[in-house]
Amino acid sequence: MADVIKPVPEDASHKPKHFLRRYVFSTDHKVIGIQYWLLALVSVFIGMGLSALMRLQLAWPGERFALLKAILPHAAQSGNISPDLYLSLVTMHGTLMIFFVLTTAPQGGFGNFILPLQIGAREMAFPTLNMLSFWLTFVSLLVLLTAFFASAPNVIGPIAGWTMYPPLSAVGEIAGPGQGTGVVLWLLSIAIFSVASLLGSINFITTMFKMRAAGMTPLRLPLTCWAWFTTAGIALLSFPVLLAAGLLLLSDHLIGTHFFIPASEYVSGQLMTAEAGGSPILWQHLFWFFGHPEVYLAILPGMGLTSHLLSTFARKPVFGYRAMVAATFGIGLLGFLIWGHHMFVSGMSPYAATAFSLLTLVIGVPSAVKTFNWLGTIWRGQMRFTTPMLFALGFVSLFVSGGLTGLFLGQAAIDIPLHDTYFVVAHFHLIMGVAAVFSLFAATYFWFPKMFGRMMSERLGKIHFVATFIGVYAIFMPMYLMGIAGAPRRYAFHYNPATGEGLQYLAGLVPLTRFISYAAFITIAAQLVFIFNLVWSWRRGARATDNPWEATTLEWAIASPPPADNFGDAAPVVHCGPYEFSVPGAARDFRMQDEPRGAASKQREP
Amino acid sequence: MGKALAVMLILLTAAAIWMFACQRALWFPENISTDGALIDAQFTRTFVVVGLAFIGAQLALGYAAWRFSRAPGARAAHQRGSNRLEAVWIILTAAVFITLAIMGQRVWSRLQLTSAANGAAAVDPVRVNLVAQQFQFTFHYAGIDGTFGKTAPEFYNDALANYVGLDPLDEAGKDDVQLPALVVPVSRDIELTMRSRDVIHNFFVPAMRIKQDIVPGLTIRLHFTATRQGTYEIPCAELCGSGHYKMKSWLIVVPADEYARMAHLNKAQFRARVEELLKP
Repeated sequence: MADVIKPVPEDASHKPKHFLRRYVFSTDHKVIGIQYWLLALVSVFIGMGLSALMRLQLAWPGERFALLKAILPHAAQSGNISPDLYLSLVTMHGTLMIFFVLTTAPQGGFGNFILPLQIGAREMAFPTLNMLSFWLTFVSLLVLLTAFFASAPNVIGPIAGWTMYPPLSAVGEIAGPGQGTGVVLWLLSIAIFSVASLLGSINFITTMFKMRAAGMTPLRLPLTCWAWFTTAGIALLSFPVLLAAGLLLLSDHLIGTHFFIPASEYVSGQLMTAEAGGSPILWQHLFWFFGHPEVYLAILPGMGLTSHLLSTFARKPVFGYRAMVAATFGIGLLGFLIWGHHMFVSGMSPYAATAFSLLTLVIGVPSAVKTFNWLGTIWRGQMRFTTPMLFALGFVSLFVSGGLTGLFLGQAAIDIPLHDTYFVVAHFHLIMGVAAVFSLFAATYFWFPKMFGRMMSERLGKIHFVATFIGVYAIFMPMYLMGIAGAPRRYAFHYNPATGEGLQYLAGLVPLTRFISYAAFITIAAQLVFIFNLVWSWRRGARATDNPWEATTLEWAIASPPPADNFGDAAPVVHCGPYEFSVPGAARDFRMQDEPRGAASKQREP
Repeated sequence: MGKALAVMLILLTAAAIWMFACQRALWFPENISTDGALIDAQFTRTFVVVGLAFIGAQLALGYAAWRFSRAPGARAAHQRGSNRLEAVWIILTAAVFITLAIMGQRVWSRLQLTSAANGAAAVDPVRVNLVAQQFQFTFHYAGIDGTFGKTAPEFYNDALANYVGLDPLDEAGKDDVQLPALVVPVSRDIELTMRSRDVIHNFFVPAMRIKQDIVPGLTIRLHFTATRQGTYEIPCAELCGSGHYKMKSWLIVVPADEYARMAHLNKAQFRARVEELLKP
């Protein structure tokens, strides 16, 4: 059994009195969790706004909109989105969504709030470090947003995409607007973010090892905890590489090194380096060594939550709990061995491509295991279609739609026609931009009662689900077709029917491009239902009981919202596994983890 | 709500089947390359597997949502899993994925790792050089003498249209031609040697299933053979800056005898002939 280290309680049951200490510079994991969640919420709305502008430009290239001129009086002076602005929207959209939404809310947000509760701890292992992690993340976001204004008063940030490939990102303003100061600020933001992430991962790992309550053996941990633990391990091993790469690129910018700039760089009429130089491909190796595990970091908490919710709302144990834990580890480990599948046509050795390709298809196996087990969990269940359950089921559907196309992209030869087209855009949006976000919606609807003490509206939740589920499929499935037809990524437009400019072989894509834009606008509008639900429920929602969902894990054994020290003076003692639903012969169809074994139950404990 | 979700999943599956299996207005452009057929065949094999898995998973999810809705007073089956089922689907999935991976690898080997791919066995390929820059492709032809002039970065001069940096003192370069389009004969092996002056670009010919990053500091060589005449667009497929969206070129595949004639034209005539071919 793990040690239980009890921190010395200083007036443990009382919250700090001062506003700043209580809500701003708090060391309480629950406050910090909400802070991360709010940061992600703000970031996702900025990111969505940027994507709306992108879709406007793609569907009606060069057309003038008075509204645009009103929002962006300098950058959109003529009422349209310039190609430069378009690329900076692309760059900032990707950066915000991947870092400030998917690498914050699932782990820093819900992980921070819920992990200590689910393991029966009164705090994370390092509360002050936790506070520092959040505030560093906040500073990182501010620095990123200033990058947008690097070419002030024009709103043009860096234009090299969230992947920031050199030499485009290394040689400065001469390669494009926003590529000087804009890139430097972007790199600083990412460096700060990396440090914050590393501090957070140390906290999570230590907490999981050291702070579990009595009786919480490893195989009694909820799958959400296993997911947060593995995610922390991924962050610990991948972010240092990103940090190092970022510092090398910063060095190329600021002190004249050539880690990534090759010899005889000739940009805009200037010969930049005459001596032997660096390798642009080196950046790609370093970036993707981080970048591939990063996407598993983004999805694993959602997978853990999906298992958890499907079990809870089907009133059935998770099908194949140990296989799920093994699959989580498998994905985490294999995720570090396949980064080269982003580089099949990069000029990398084709022998390396062979190895990466084979390993990439192998990682499909644990993902498939999870999918089968999700189906197994709900099979012959007694499903309650609450809003969190709907989003969990939606996650399964979307993960299948996005993940299966990895089978195409993972084969190097098939990647040749599909690389850098909208096929890839569809693939990663369906998994990250939609499935992972569905798990964030599911988490919000599920844990809102615990976090804020009130229930969200089920009716509004269902409307939100239906509109979003249909909407995201309408947006992203057609993008696969665009990619197959050969539509490249990061183009300000493919074909302009008004002027005949653009790629002639893509003239037939105009109606589909417009359809996708309309679908995007409608789906974005539907998110207002979610926001309204959040705000209204926070103030006026029905008061939540301790356990409104009749769930089994420890967070539901305490009040909603929990007291400052979570479990008070009586640390919980765990008696059974986390998914004891519909135990034959039991009085209720669920058994809480801290419920002592009653005489009525003859089931052997796992 | 379970039934509503099931209906949504069925409709989604039907829409996907229509999009990917029934309509062909939006699909790969017709393949005009000897190697492209290999890629297309492997794509089709993978497509069958992915299609079946997609339909199976979505319909299974829909069936479960329809059928296993909560009934009053009923209990769910208390099932923790099945090692047997677990083994079955691990083995099945691994077998299918690994088989696909190996088959895909054989295509990759044919394209990239054999001596044929590297042009070692090529008999008299037509050689063209490519220099990419922000935001154009420049194809460099050897001219009547069949020899490329020497190039060096210090000779780049866009104002004089010397994009590839031909050494003005090199005799062999006097008859070289620099053009924004790639003209090749049909059914001949083409050797394209690619360099970039500034940032990473990408040579993408959808009709030939060719895509290759052009990396500054590296010289990258491609071999390919076109099987049909025509004019095909070459969009840049790696973000290279503000003008990325309009950086494109044209592949013009001409009959063998036409190309033989063109090979004897002088600089001005060759350029004029290409401009003629580029007219719509």
